[in-house]
Amino acid sequence: MFEIRIHSRGGQGGVTAAKLIAQAAFRDGKHATAFPFYGAERRGAPVVSFVRISDAPIKVYSQVREPDMVIVLDASVMDSIDVLAGLKEGGDVLINAPEPPVLGSHPVHAVDLTGIALAQKLVVAGSPILNTPVLGALAKLGLVSMESAIAAIAETFSDPRNVEVAKAAYAEVQA
Amino acid sequence: MLTIATGNRAVAEAAKAARPGVIAAYPITPQTEIVEQLASYVADGSLDADYIPVESEHSAMAACIGASAAGARTFTATSSHGLLYMQEMLHWAAGARTPVVMANVNRALGPGWNIWAEHTDAFSQRDTGWLQVFVGSVQEAYDATLMAFRIAEDERVLLPVMVNQDGFLLSHITQSLESVEVGDFIPPFSLPHAIDTARPRGYGTLTGPEHYYRFRWDMERSMRASKEVIRETEAEFARRFGRAYGPIEEYRCEDADVIVIALGTLGKEAEVAVDVLRGEGVKAGSMRLRWFRPFPALDLSGRDVVVIDRDYSFGFGGVVAQSVRATTRAEPYSVIAGLGGQEVTYDDIAQFVRQREAGAEFWFGVSD
Repeated sequence: MFEIRIHSRGGQGGVTAAKLIAQAAFRDGKHATAFPFYGAERRGAPVVSFVRISDAPIKVYSQVREPDMVIVLDASVMDSIDVLAGLKEGGDVLINAPEPPVLGSHPVHAVDLTGIALAQKLVVAGSPILNTPVLGALAKLGLVSMESAIAAIAETFSDPRNVEVAKAAYAEVQA
Repeated sequence: MLTIATGNRAVAEAAKAARPGVIAAYPITPQTEIVEQLASYVADGSLDADYIPVESEHSAMAACIGASAAGARTFTATSSHGLLYMQEMLHWAAGARTPVVMANVNRALGPGWNIWAEHTDAFSQRDTGWLQVFVGSVQEAYDATLMAFRIAEDERVLLPVMVNQDGFLLSHITQSLESVEVGDFIPPFSLPHAIDTARPRGYGTLTGPEHYYRFRWDMERSMRASKEVIRETEAEFARRFGRAYGPIEEYRCEDADVIVIALGTLGKEAEVAVDVLRGEGVKAGSMRLRWFRPFPALDLSGRDVVVIDRDYSFGFGGVVAQSVRATTRAEPYSVIAGLGGQEVTYDDIAQFVRQREAGAEFWFGVSD
């Protein structure tokens, strides 16, 4: 079983990102669950969501404590949240940033999701859309197939720019 | 069709597939998505039903009772405080023999305000005459909702059914969902005592001491008969759609020395705990209770039992532990865990089993 924790801020689409990843994994023929941790949600507050991907049916409902991978959609949450908490040794970090910060000994993959969204003017209610480009980055890292990532995006959002930003992120991120 | 969905969405899809004639509802977290989704189906014409937005849960259930008594297949959904607000009408729905199907998304009761999973809301309605089933996955939420209509509307039952799923843990989790072609699995609804203006009869009239108890006994007779109807319905569901269910879901129980009993998502997580314990050489098994009313027969002879209650009856104990004590000779180790969404992992459950002490009660996170 592969477990992912996503850090974002309320309103940035972290919950939808988790759903899209599960949807793509499911299209790849895997079992997947996606769920947010529900707290006192408010726009801008740090939030976490989880994804589990497995070849077997998933019976675990408790939160992910020792993720295999951490995704940070908003680097500023790192000022108040230890995003590496429980991350397995050697576990990857995918971060929305132009340059990769040094995070212990973990492999860090940086991709400027915000810049990619802004280049396509993909902005909703003042927030650049991060959850569709991140799927492209994850496909590059081999978590889901790009075909399934695009299909998951296309069946969720009608605006074709969502697929374009995923392709841009796929091209930009270093595996 | 195979897709992915939340527990809420799965219930809405199943309710739609059952072709209800009337839906009356008042939104409440975390079930809101169910009635929101159904409202959208009625609005876009894909579901031909009367959707009655009411001003409270009490009114929602009252409207359901009236619609069902008029002969319409009727559905609603609620959660926690909403369920309690309709309590008077819950008794009425069962007593009037109106086979309403209702989804209840289990969550804790305030104060303090808490919107997370707990089973006390449903258990506090256990004496209303409703059948109650608890599910452990998104797929099961769908399947159990479909079966609920057939069970409730069977002439041998004619009692309402409550389909319970854990708040957030199931209502808001995304998992795979295979929907089915319902076909004639749910026969057309025909209420023998439906209101018929051509044949006027009295409803809800004064029922004196010489008659009242007969109606109560008839409810109990139907509740007992429902066990066979549930068995038949689940067998027919498995035959048609390939997914098998029973009153309990057993996991590695055959040679088990110790059995973990839990409901909902904790019952699923317990299966992972069983695998962990088996890896340590402990012969553990798990029984996930699906039906709570009617309460299933449990074969626990000669085995240690650990019961996890995500609920509590003050001054007495965990409701499931009490029920196990009352219906078997087991002397369970009673664990109170998961109240108001308290996080409980499979490692925690494995530890409950390791530290078990027959007859004792343990409050997770509180007891020494």
